[in-house]
Amino acid sequence: MLNDVLIALPAGLALGCSYALLAVGFTLVFGVLRRINLAYGASIMTGLYGAIWLYETYSLSPLLLAPIVIAITLVAGVYVERLCFAPHGGRPDFIPMAASFAIWMQLQEIATLLLPQHSYAFPSLFGRAWEATAHIGVRLEHVLSLVSAVVVAVGVWLLLYRTRFGQTVRALSDNRQAAAYVGISVSRVSAMTFALSSVLGAIAGYLIVSVDGQITPMFAMWATLKGLIAAILGGLGSIFGAVVGGLMLGLLEMLLQTGFGPQYRDLASYVLLLILLAYGGAVLPRSLQAMTRPKGQEGR
Amino acid sequence: MDEYQISILINMGLLSFIALSCGMLLIGGVVSFGQQAFFGIGAYVGGTASVAGGLPLSAALLLAIVAGALANAMLGAITLRLRGFYFSIASLAAAEAIRICLELVHLEVTLKDGETVGPRGLQGLGGVRQLYEQGFSASDFCLLIYALLLAVVLGLTVFMRGRFGVSLRMAGLDPELAATFGVDVRRIRLTVSAIAGAIAGLGGCLFVHYTTYVEPSNFGLMLGIHGIAYALIGGTGALVGPFLGVAFDILVLEASRVFQGYRMIVFGGGVALFLILRPRGILDTRTVMRLEAAAKAAFQSLRRNRGDRRDPITKEGT
Repeated sequence: MLNDVLIALPAGLALGCSYALLAVGFTLVFGVLRRINLAYGASIMTGLYGAIWLYETYSLSPLLLAPIVIAITLVAGVYVERLCFAPHGGRPDFIPMAASFAIWMQLQEIATLLLPQHSYAFPSLFGRAWEATAHIGVRLEHVLSLVSAVVVAVGVWLLLYRTRFGQTVRALSDNRQAAAYVGISVSRVSAMTFALSSVLGAIAGYLIVSVDGQITPMFAMWATLKGLIAAILGGLGSIFGAVVGGLMLGLLEMLLQTGFGPQYRDLASYVLLLILLAYGGAVLPRSLQAMTRPKGQEGR
Repeated sequence: MDEYQISILINMGLLSFIALSCGMLLIGGVVSFGQQAFFGIGAYVGGTASVAGGLPLSAALLLAIVAGALANAMLGAITLRLRGFYFSIASLAAAEAIRICLELVHLEVTLKDGETVGPRGLQGLGGVRQLYEQGFSASDFCLLIYALLLAVVLGLTVFMRGRFGVSLRMAGLDPELAATFGVDVRRIRLTVSAIAGAIAGLGGCLFVHYTTYVEPSNFGLMLGIHGIAYALIGGTGALVGPFLGVAFDILVLEASRVFQGYRMIVFGGGVALFLILRPRGILDTRTVMRLEAAAKAAFQSLRRNRGDRRDPITKEGT
């Protein structure tokens, strides 16, 4: 049993890194817009499906997959922002959320029309090299996940705290109206935040699918809900919280999966989300949640 | 009517139950993404009662209503404090959790004739042929669905005219303000959850008796997206609103066959565009009040015109 857990640990850590990236994507959009983009997973899925379709049709090199995934997800993300979020400035929160819920269906349908089978193999960057280290549970994809997640997280931190763009994002997240008064283009920064969040999501999606080696139409829901759970675990709106929440969720799920199987793993994470929302709020203490957490915005 | 038209009508009727269920909660001020789960619970409970318990349709319907109401009231109790997207996400998570539970349910029962029936995990629940064995045709089924739908809509409309409807709308618009006016917001939320669950459960039970077979993937997210989209398109002003949403989707997009194969894509984009143009739906409260006022004025002017033809002193017709 202990041996199983140890072997599952690297996979859990890699999964956690991907969840962390997804959660950061959610939390960024929430921090700036105070709104939830439910079409997040679907736009990542569009990117992945589009890339696999191009790969199979034009027999591209696997090296090209990651940039294509990022590019298509970026377009899908900006489309979602323009259609579902930009037009609903002062309206109640549920309207853009419901609109993004409808676009979720649209994007998922487009993706499954493009590739109608139940599941698709996702080409690996490293071929069969994983067999060498499989017995200790570590694969090159896990290492790739870990390294990319750290690089991306540091990159996002630098972007938010060391650049002018980051300053405008933080200003907007602090106080929307004040940011507009000092001349920040709210609409442009919102769109750019969406783009950034899409890129993070695309990287996370690419890492998750290359570890799994395959993709199914369930990916959209899976990515959306797992990203949300991780973001809420760490406190919605907090970047640091999102990273911690993602790692926690990844490790927890890997333990549940080795213990009880995939159905109970998913069941447990949905029930966890329900309990978090209803009774808990964030697991991470408020003092540890980073500055991007909106002021005066409590757990509910 | 040919078979295709009847099947479209039946589809619309069944979807209307989910739409109405979402619509009731929407009036109460919460957006639920999870009513498909209670539709599924209704289908499973009603179907199992019918096929394994050998109960007649009326008893199965009653059980499904009770199960839907209880399950949704339980979720309502857990999520009582949640608002806005916190509630919506909670309902989404709950619905997915319930769907996975349906995947895990195994309740096989062997009947006297040796047939094994009941929920079989991922393979779903089959053999709910009670109505067809009794000689029901598709058009009979269609009549049954619409009769029940009409009864539910009329009953709820009368119910909503009373104190409950006013409290529900107040709680939906502004819970704090409603509470200061003495509305027990928590009780209202619980009640409306139970009502919404009962409607969904009823629809689910009819669904399984129509298709004779269901599996957990029938009650996935796509059904939920449709349900809440219908309710949002229809608006919260009147209870026929959700039905307008269903009619728009099925009649305009499906039956017209213009967008064959691309219906979901057109519908998804259509909902997003519609929400930009009319964020409160077709029949929002203000539109309904205007329509009612116009109808009242027309009715009164009709009476006045008839009165004008009488002599004002002798009160006799000229």
